Amino acid sequence: MTITSTGRAGRQLHGGPVTYAVLTLFTAGSLFPLVWTAIAASRDNTRLARTPPPFWFGGRLLKNLGTAWGDAHMGLALFNTTLVAGTIALGTVLFSTVAGFAFAKLRFRFRDALLLLTIGTMMIPPQLSVVPLFMVVAGLGWTDQLQSVVLPTLVSAFGVFFMRQYLVEALPTELIEAARVDGANSLRVVWHIVLPVARPAMAVLGMLSFVQAWNDFFWPIIALTQENPTVQVALTGLGRGYVPDQAVVMAGALLGTLPLLLAFTLFGRQIVGGIMQGAVKG
Amino acid sequence: MTATAEAARDTQAPPPEGPGKERTRPRPWRSRLCRWDVRYSPYAFVAPFFLFFSAFGVFPLLYTGWASLHRVELSSPDHMEWAGAHNYLRLLDDDFFWNALRNTFTIGVLSTVPQLLMALGLAHLLHFRLRAASFWRVALLTPYATSVAAATLVFVLLYGRDYGMVNWALGAAGIGPVDWQSGRWTSQLAVSSIVIWRWTGYNALIYLAAMQAVPDELYESAALDGASRTQQFRHVTVPALRPTILFTVVVSTIGATQLFGEPLLFGGAGGQKGGAAHQFQTLGLYLYEQGWYDFHLGRASAVAWTMFLILLLIGAVNAVIARQLGKTR
Repeated sequence: MTITSTGRAGRQLHGGPVTYAVLTLFTAGSLFPLVWTAIAASRDNTRLARTPPPFWFGGRLLKNLGTAWGDAHMGLALFNTTLVAGTIALGTVLFSTVAGFAFAKLRFRFRDALLLLTIGTMMIPPQLSVVPLFMVVAGLGWTDQLQSVVLPTLVSAFGVFFMRQYLVEALPTELIEAARVDGANSLRVVWHIVLPVARPAMAVLGMLSFVQAWNDFFWPIIALTQENPTVQVALTGLGRGYVPDQAVVMAGALLGTLPLLLAFTLFGRQIVGGIMQGAVKG
Repeated sequence: MTATAEAARDTQAPPPEGPGKERTRPRPWRSRLCRWDVRYSPYAFVAPFFLFFSAFGVFPLLYTGWASLHRVELSSPDHMEWAGAHNYLRLLDDDFFWNALRNTFTIGVLSTVPQLLMALGLAHLLHFRLRAASFWRVALLTPYATSVAAATLVFVLLYGRDYGMVNWALGAAGIGPVDWQSGRWTSQLAVSSIVIWRWTGYNALIYLAAMQAVPDELYESAALDGASRTQQFRHVTVPALRPTILFTVVVSTIGATQLFGEPLLFGGAGGQKGGAAHQFQTLGLYLYEQGWYDFHLGRASAVAWTMFLILLLIGAVNAVIARQLGKTR
């Protein structure tokens, strides 16, 4: 792909003041609810029940965060969610990479049919399957245990498709053939050739899967309770009156969002790149 | 390279069963092993995915359809009693089902249309040459990193009737306090605004990616024909983006039919009802209420399967539209 800076009318134009003004407005709108979450989390409940609402930080942030950490199980929830989202991201990346490689570069019977099946079901929301999942999980006595939220989301059809699209272009077929002539078996091909080439896409898929798993809502609400919650389950408990203090509720929301915001500050460019890359190829 | 690879393979290959043979004639065995490797390793690579995928994706989806034809109660989920079409007939007879269907549709329109229009406009702006280009992109994407729960909790406070910031701002403009939660339209607007807030930036990036893929020549020839910037946007960018727009419409529509977390938490303690008069109860909430508050898993399955049929319908409509687009081009 060549990038020409001249001649592309849509691109070559510089943004004018209006462009910047509108972008600033939307950026402010995007960030404001998050900033205000922090403001409300630094106040107390009586201050939040007064008009006008607070516009600047108060001094109770640490106290409220502490209450949310303990009373609202946010500490346990953060630990659980890190474990759950980390496992899901690892599983998704690993299984998607090897399956994506097979779909992209290897010949086998039913390959095209299986790929079509994968793509066709990519759009079916998991919400439609909760009843049987619940029946199985309840039958196994897994309610309130983390494996009940990890296993159903451990692989993703999107992930397989994403890795396939990446490897079709990025992985030269001659490289695999040369390795085979040299006598390398399939596992060695994957380890020494596919994984190094796939690494950038794996990182992107890992981050996207982590964000998605961190924010997964419907199924965890059904499978888990406040005794052993993920962040979203604990926040739901907060929202449904588990803790009446609104400042503590906001502190919980802040705690549950901060890790991802931190990740966005560090890897924002890569995540943006990954979403855009997935969009063009999807 | 060849030698080391061969040596490594020798140590890795499992000893063959036939005793003694491998010492005298190792070659055929190795080549057979190699052939097996080439022939069967692809299956091994896709197997883990399809194993999990069938167990937790395909099987539950199909089993939902089966369970929807049975009486299943939450108290004993493994006891199923044949009920035929009873669950579906009950559903069609329930006003709250039709109410949820209507709400899902109106909230879907209220959230999807402005969201995609704004995303298109934002993408157009992001496509200009900008200072701090990645800052704008990352900043506009931050709502996507915020979970449904965290976002809804703060919006509930912002939309608070007595002390919320929205009503305070409206009051400053001379508009009386709005009880956002109790009205049908106000509550649906509020719920939609949460969806819009979370997804506009994400969709803008998708459109931006598609805009960057539009070939330069199209803009060049349009400019040669004397097309202005606005005309280029309308007659070059938008037509080139049609497949992407269709894609985002489908994805957003599917998301809208599944809407659950926002109305649940917007409703506070009795959220599964979607408000006192069920004024913002969506199909997702209705499913949840039927299954986990009224304890009728069979009926919940019937709701899920109905949603599945709606999705198939959307898919079919989408395919027809896509074909029409293909014809006109």
